[in-house]
Amino acid sequence: MISIKNLSKVFKTKDQTVNAVDDVSIDIPKGEIFGVIGYSGAGKSTFIRLINRLEDPSEGEIILDDQDIAALKKEPLRKKRQKIGMIFQHFNLLWSRTVFENIAFPLEIAGVQKNDREEKVQELIELVGLKGRENSYPSQLSGGQKQRVGIARALANDPTVLLCDEATSALDPETTDDILDLLVSINEKLNLTIILITHEMHVIQKVCHRVAVMEQGQVVEQGEVLNVFVKPQSKTTKRFVQQLSPLEHQIDRLDEFITDDEQSEVVKLHFIGNNAKRALISEVSKQLDVAINILQGSISPTQEGAYGTLYVEIKGERT
Amino acid sequence: MFNDIFPNVQMDQMWVATYETFYMTIISVIGTFILGILLGLLLYLTNRGNLWQNSIINSITASVVNVFRAIPFIILILLLFPFTDFLVGTIRGPNAALPALIIGAAPFYARLVEIALKEVDKGVIEAAQAMGAKAHTIIFKVLLPESMPALISGITVTAIALISYTAMAGVIGAGGLGDLAYMQGFQRRNFDVVFLCTIFIVVIVFIFQFLGDWSSRKVDHR
Repeated sequence: MISIKNLSKVFKTKDQTVNAVDDVSIDIPKGEIFGVIGYSGAGKSTFIRLINRLEDPSEGEIILDDQDIAALKKEPLRKKRQKIGMIFQHFNLLWSRTVFENIAFPLEIAGVQKNDREEKVQELIELVGLKGRENSYPSQLSGGQKQRVGIARALANDPTVLLCDEATSALDPETTDDILDLLVSINEKLNLTIILITHEMHVIQKVCHRVAVMEQGQVVEQGEVLNVFVKPQSKTTKRFVQQLSPLEHQIDRLDEFITDDEQSEVVKLHFIGNNAKRALISEVSKQLDVAINILQGSISPTQEGAYGTLYVEIKGERT
Repeated sequence: MFNDIFPNVQMDQMWVATYETFYMTIISVIGTFILGILLGLLLYLTNRGNLWQNSIINSITASVVNVFRAIPFIILILLLFPFTDFLVGTIRGPNAALPALIIGAAPFYARLVEIALKEVDKGVIEAAQAMGAKAHTIIFKVLLPESMPALISGITVTAIALISYTAMAGVIGAGGLGDLAYMQGFQRRNFDVVFLCTIFIVVIVFIFQFLGDWSSRKVDHR
């Protein structure tokens, strides 16, 4: 359980002060994948760096396992950080070390004995699917493989939380999906809490249980991913949801299909969870005497089940 | 054939001088490497935004480095006579040249070390901090290994400067090929000796350049 209370970060320069993170409060239960989405400059990157104190908070509390990280002194903070894994957009691997040595690095820092170290590294290499590449250098790996090393390295000291700082933003769509699948399987296998920040709604949709939308340092909306998808409240959230089904929002294209016919009606349908798998349309047209014309539709799987939208034109007698 | 081209060369003297030049160069390169890395680390770490950010220590170190780099080497030797006499017990011979060689070259190398360290990816240092690494772990397991190719090419450049410094030191009695070229060659108008000493020094420079390039490539896995 991570409890973030009234977290703020103010950057002061000579002629201006910037509230990069402004009074953010979030509770994240153990084992949850929590996503923070926002455009660049929204403060999400500063937010995640506050959690392991790569930036020092100006105000607020970060309670992780009954300890306030924001109040820790240098030495206890160093120890605490060993239990907070982090992966980065640009991987940040040491090019001077092999895959094996990179993953062993956090274990060396934690003072783990050499034999135990080797065993743990082998275990991690298998977990992230890099068997056979132990002795390669990062420069010999693809982007996806580098991020796998990053993930293995972040998991080395059995962290209680994993922070992902735009971890898939430098990868192509296919590799992004592979890495996201890996994160989900680790989350399930180890019951590991994951906090990830991104600017891609696709990432949130695919892996997150809950999401917070950030804008100008503040959380403008947070909740279950499905709820946020179906009923986006703020303007920013609506724009992010549009990323997923761009067609849906090209109203003018739909206009062509909408006739002034008295006997017909165009409706937008949402499908959530298991309903999305039922043969709803044919059921309706069988039970009621209507003709249904499908105009446009999309369906996307999320962690909480499928989420779909459908535009249909219903023709029949009005009662 | 050899005696026709180099009538005044005595090979036993040549080998002794070559040995002395190697001796001075190798010991001073080792000394410069250690002192230069210490100074370079100090310059880098006390700089703004780095691990031991401290503007006072930074500007003191920078001034010392700049002052010693500004003194011409031949004058530095003269200035260091009393210090050398105290440290080595003599002001003649290869050992007497070492303090001046190291003090002359280390500040130059320190700047190269600082540049090399600045090239280390900030993200990698941050990753190590996020793992809970201590400062000395970051220095010895991140900063130095990640900048090693540049540290090696830097010490190669410095080593070649040091070879020419040893020749200069030779002129005031430090021994080595520079000494031989000046005393046996130039002073006695035996220009064949000067010429052969030059060839030997050039070969030594090539050897150091080759070793430097080779090992720099060897440690570079980027």
